[in-house]
Amino acid sequence: MDSVQEAAKKEWSLKKRVYRARWSYAMITPYFIFFFLFTILPVLASIVLSFTYFNMLEAPTFIGWDNYIKLFLQDDIFLIALKNTLLFAVITGPISYLMCLLFAWIINEFKGKLRAFLTLIFYAPSICGQAYLVWSLILSSDRYGYLNGFLIRWGFIDEPILWFQTEAYVLPCLIIVQLWLSLGTGFLSFIAGLQTVDRSLYEAAAVDGVKNRWQELWYVTLPSMRPQLMFGAVMQITSSFAVADVSTMLAGNPSVNYAGATIVTHLLDYGTYRFEMGYASAIATCLFLLMVGSNKLIQRLLRRVGE
Amino acid sequence: MARQKDYFKPKNYKHTKQLNRSKAGNTLLFGMMIICGVFMALPLVMIINNALKPLDEIFQYPPKIFVRNPSFDNFRDLFTNMNDTWVPFSRYVMNTILITGLGTVGHVIISSIAAYPLAKHDFPGRNILFKFVVLSLMFSWTVTQIPIYIIVSKLGINNTHWAIILQSWQYGLGLYLMKQFMEQIPNSLMESARLDGANEWIIFWKIIMPNVKPAWLTLAIFQFQQMWGNTGSTYLRSEQLKPLQYALQQIAGGGAARAGAAQAVTFCLAAVPVIFFLICQSNILETMTTSGMKD
Repeated sequence: MDSVQEAAKKEWSLKKRVYRARWSYAMITPYFIFFFLFTILPVLASIVLSFTYFNMLEAPTFIGWDNYIKLFLQDDIFLIALKNTLLFAVITGPISYLMCLLFAWIINEFKGKLRAFLTLIFYAPSICGQAYLVWSLILSSDRYGYLNGFLIRWGFIDEPILWFQTEAYVLPCLIIVQLWLSLGTGFLSFIAGLQTVDRSLYEAAAVDGVKNRWQELWYVTLPSMRPQLMFGAVMQITSSFAVADVSTMLAGNPSVNYAGATIVTHLLDYGTYRFEMGYASAIATCLFLLMVGSNKLIQRLLRRVGE
Repeated sequence: MARQKDYFKPKNYKHTKQLNRSKAGNTLLFGMMIICGVFMALPLVMIINNALKPLDEIFQYPPKIFVRNPSFDNFRDLFTNMNDTWVPFSRYVMNTILITGLGTVGHVIISSIAAYPLAKHDFPGRNILFKFVVLSLMFSWTVTQIPIYIIVSKLGINNTHWAIILQSWQYGLGLYLMKQFMEQIPNSLMESARLDGANEWIIFWKIIMPNVKPAWLTLAIFQFQQMWGNTGSTYLRSEQLKPLQYALQQIAGGGAARAGAAQAVTFCLAAVPVIFFLICQSNILETMTTSGMKD
């Protein structure tokens, strides 16, 4: 009897809460209609497709866990791609994130037009779409490539190095280029975030005995922009784990002995060349779980900022 | 009324002195900025120089970064080519303005309106909805393209601009960014407006949005870049509907004879987002909620 009453009470109060929040629902409705149509439904569809064989010509046929079993037990290239991606993410993820934060913080010391110009220079690799061209000149395999030319002139090497044709060099080169590309979404959101830190907090901190800019950064600036730090971290995860463009543009897809293969290049291989959408969806689902897991971990770390 | 005005307008802290700055620290950091800046500026430098190179310098091997005899031939070449496109060139320009304009403005407004309740209201379902948005950022878009195409066709908006615009309104990034910034606004600001009889709609436009100006200007940059780069090739089949991007790439794709025009195209395609970027960035003033209004 009690539980029934309680349930009834709960339902009534839920109704009341929903009614009270009618403004909130009205405001989120337009966005979530489109979100449901163009994100939730397609994602659910892909997850369902990951349990099927689907070649985009015939109707998908259900095959259970086969795609996942094949992925982990038979697909050697996937395991290489997984290893490369993890290596990529572990190295470029944290460094890129700190670079975004550091450069945003320095640029924040400037004012007005100069500041906008500096932001543009550092954001340039992300905005003008010529980034890979620069690096294909620098890392060109003949002696006219800038890096080879430099190394030969100073006597470090006698023969030009084939940067993207030598297995051992592929991944390090890609990591360097990726780091150079790292000032993107996170960087700009940090720049905006630094603008919203309450100035009076700095004055108060100076009175409380904060002595230099580093202390100020750790005790005042970072804790007040925690929401932006969270945002930046999620962006960093999505870009570090989904790294693919840099590999396909510079090392090619497939790269030499798959030395530059990542999960997403593997996915693109199956999705856009071999038309095995079911298998590609299974890869996407694994990548998704990987990102969700690392996101959980990082959010926990970020709660410690400023303590 | 005078009191009301006070908190409706963010205070400008542009000219306050900075505390806790040492000379040595300044020199160290700014020296590092210059060294890194040279590397970062490379693509910009290259685009400008390439656009001004005459044909013989474009094909020069090994390639040089800086131009020797700058000329505007490439742009003249591009303009001649613009005149004999399939449909009038202004048509492509209008299409791009429509797609980029509606895509950017619509996305910023719709996702901001949705971000406000998620950041500041407490209602059943709020956490789960927000979690969905964040998680959606982690799903690879390559495999969702086919389901999206089917949905677009079912909605009957395939081969219209809406196929691109409506999709762009729901990117998770925008909502997430806006929500994170709105969280920082002190609740007391909204409470006092409510006491003065403002409803949520007015609070959103008069208090929330002015206070998160850096956020929506940044979001506008992201979205503009995204929309500007859209060639619409998946959904737009009629020539009259295609955007500038597509037309310019057609011109640039004309092989060695159009190599000069291609460089001019690259320049033009990069110039517009860069200008938009500069306008937005220089407008990110130091807007701040009035001090002492902390909760």
